[in-house]
Amino acid sequence: MRVVSDLEWQGPVPAGEGEYGEFFAAAAEGRLLIQQCPECGHRQHYPRAICTACGAEPEWMEAAGTGTVYTYTVVRQYGVPAFAELPYVLAMIDLPEGVRMFGGLTGIDPETVEIGMPVTAYARTYDDTHAMIFWEPA
Amino acid sequence: MPSRHPVICGIGLSDYPVVPHLNSVQHHALAARRAIADCGIAKSAIDGYVSTSGGGPAAGDDAVSMAEYLGVNHRYIDGTMVGGSSFEFHVQHAAAAIREGLCDTVLITYGSDQLTRMGRVLGTGGFQRDAQPVTGAMQMATPYGLPLVGAYALAARRHMHEFGTTSEQLAEIAVGVREFAGLNPDARYRDPITVDDVLSSRMIADPLHKLDCCVITDGGGALVMTTEEIARDLRQPPIYVLGSAGTQTHWNIHQMPDFTEMGAAVCGPEAFAQAGVTPADIDTAQLYDSFTITVMLMLEGLGFCDRGEGGAYVEEGHLRRGGSMPTNTDGGGLSSNHPGMRGIFLLIEAVRQLRGDAGEAQVPDAELALACGSGGWLSAIATVILGKDRPS
Repeated sequence: MRVVSDLEWQGPVPAGEGEYGEFFAAAAEGRLLIQQCPECGHRQHYPRAICTACGAEPEWMEAAGTGTVYTYTVVRQYGVPAFAELPYVLAMIDLPEGVRMFGGLTGIDPETVEIGMPVTAYARTYDDTHAMIFWEPA
Repeated sequence: MPSRHPVICGIGLSDYPVVPHLNSVQHHALAARRAIADCGIAKSAIDGYVSTSGGGPAAGDDAVSMAEYLGVNHRYIDGTMVGGSSFEFHVQHAAAAIREGLCDTVLITYGSDQLTRMGRVLGTGGFQRDAQPVTGAMQMATPYGLPLVGAYALAARRHMHEFGTTSEQLAEIAVGVREFAGLNPDARYRDPITVDDVLSSRMIADPLHKLDCCVITDGGGALVMTTEEIARDLRQPPIYVLGSAGTQTHWNIHQMPDFTEMGAAVCGPEAFAQAGVTPADIDTAQLYDSFTITVMLMLEGLGFCDRGEGGAYVEEGHLRRGGSMPTNTDGGGLSSNHPGMRGIFLLIEAVRQLRGDAGEAQVPDAELALACGSGGWLSAIATVILGKDRPS
């Protein structure tokens, strides 16, 4: 997974407490992590200390970093200064591994986004060791 | 044996929509005073108190603080906070407590000075207005710049994709609710609007326009619930709680299992089964209209129409004045009032309709009313079915 640096980012960042920290640290190293349960095989995202299906302790697995758009919106008004550059696209992405992930969709004209379109994950660092996952057209 | 069947015997609204002289706690108190006066019960008879806990915008309006402020030495307290639908959950809990004998008479209150204190920033101003790190599951969404409206837009877009629902059909919901607002002298906005007005209003987050979104106001409300037996001696006819059920499918929008099906599909049928009635039996519906899409998903989930048919259903005019299912007859959150958590107003309006006190918006011969609340991001949903007649 491609990693780009955006250390100038002034907006809100993830706190990264608990399991979240490992997810954002792996992203900074170019790995997109989801969780899989060793007991029942259930896969989940966001990361947790319990399998939501059977209650066992989940393990990390690396996802391919591909997906398709499940749904999206184009944000055209938002009063938060960090998001003054409007419009921008936010989307729910279906991963082939069987989980769904929320994120920003960049590198595309907002008017041309379509549900079902294939996308690829990339990571954008917000400090020296952590990154958020974004998506762009495949 | 005296009947412990739970009823709503008193209702009260505080002032709305723009009330700069009242804070949240005072909204609670004014609504409580009016609800107590409405039914004529002795305040000392109230032995249960229910309110949202810690979710209110003003310091000191959590359930225990408010119980003290209002002077309720409760035998039963519940501070369930699940967002806007909290009050539908409260009725479910209070009904069980009354039936079980944990207490006899419950006061439920809500108050918010949101408009006066914060202005109109909730939907598009961000729930997090500084750059503090975001904790919990919201850190998977807030850092990307997800406004409240955007979360509902994700559901609306998917509904359009799967079922061919149009912006015109969503707009019809806002137009119908505005028509009722015109009959409510206190409603925030009362001038009639058209589908074109909705479509030409500013796009906030595709596909939701400004007029697909609820208003932001101040306000408050209160309910008094008691046993059928105690209600016999009170001023107002009792309104019976015939069914009440709730469910949570997710909390954060990014965890919604299916963006075109909300928990109403679970708690709706449960409430109908308890009441022994069907959607066709309901005379008026009060549906949480945070956004037009919320109403459409609710109509489908509750079974007023088939899944995916919400667009065609609203186009046929069922929700309008004189339609088969007059909806949000007080002008709803889309046009009348929305101080942050609107669930209590759904119940108050349902009671007004069943008492025959709804003025020009009265649904003729209304005997059964449904209130369905949505809390969070289409997350915690509860349905309450009320009736004017004693259940057989």
